[in-house]
Amino acid sequence: MCTYQTRTIPVRGSGKGATGWFPVTEASVYFDHPVHAPDTHTLNVDFLRLGDQTVERVAVELDPGSARALADAILASLDEAPAELRSTG
Amino acid sequence: MTHDMRADTIRLSGHDGDEIEGYLARPTDNGRHGGVVVIHHMPGYDEGTKEIARRFAANGYAALVPNLYWREAPGASPDDAAAAARAKGGVPDDRLVGDVAGAATYLRALDGANGRIGTIGYCSGGRQSFLAACRLDLDAAVDCYGAFVVGQPPEGFPLQVRPVVDLAGSLSCPLLGLFGAEDQYPSPEHTAELTRALEAHHKEFTFHTYDGAGHAFFSTDRPSYRVEAALAGWQEIWTFFGAHLA
Repeated sequence: MCTYQTRTIPVRGSGKGATGWFPVTEASVYFDHPVHAPDTHTLNVDFLRLGDQTVERVAVELDPGSARALADAILASLDEAPAELRSTG
Repeated sequence: MTHDMRADTIRLSGHDGDEIEGYLARPTDNGRHGGVVVIHHMPGYDEGTKEIARRFAANGYAALVPNLYWREAPGASPDDAAAAARAKGGVPDDRLVGDVAGAATYLRALDGANGRIGTIGYCSGGRQSFLAACRLDLDAAVDCYGAFVVGQPPEGFPLQVRPVVDLAGSLSCPLLGLFGAEDQYPSPEHTAELTRALEAHHKEFTFHTYDGAGHAFFSTDRPSYRVEAALAGWQEIWTFFGAHLA
């Protein structure tokens, strides 16, 4: 099925896409059909800069277990970083 | 027979008169042909969908795929455009209907058009094919495993589609539905609910549910591809369109 599930949030940072580095302004997260990964459904993350009629994107498609492991690693990395270094965001 | 054909990227007038991109594949003989609006799935205006359009042309139909994500990211790769459209909330139903109407108008105006128009869609396109057939005057519609024609999508997420079974009374043409018995959205129970709605309105429809197949069984480039179901399904499509679009 197409789940239609999508969470899109504003983010601040940079991503490296097909044409090089660009400022990332949104991220979409959704569990739905992948385009490339050999699974029926994956956890997909799009790091985006959306213009009126343009899009720059870094795309990732992960199986559910990998996505959870990545989420845990992200949170652990943030928790382990010195507080004074992670004062933004 | 296999028709000689040509395929081109064209521009058509869609919803609100917007000019959008489309992919047109058509037979090159001097006969008269029916037209098919091929509604691409959520992953976008991609090579798989263009192959489907060429398949219709090889079998004697003019097929047009409107790029439903053209407005969000003209010229972008199909998956990037799909991502942009998804992040912005997806394709509104009214806009979809307008783009299909524009594609139908384009097909009817082609040299050799016999004036008959059908729609076909896969997955999200299946729901949209049903929707278009309820909102427009068409000659045939095919729904390939369209989710949320009946049933409710998950709550609380920004990209929402509403079930459209309440439009069944307005279905303008015969409907062919092709489903996988192992699919959950739509499930056999969902298909039964749609059956009851169409029967209540005395609509002409034919449904086939294939054992051993789940969602997206027509997708030749995905793990969901099921050879037997896809071959049987294509044969049903040719029979159905042969009866209503020829």
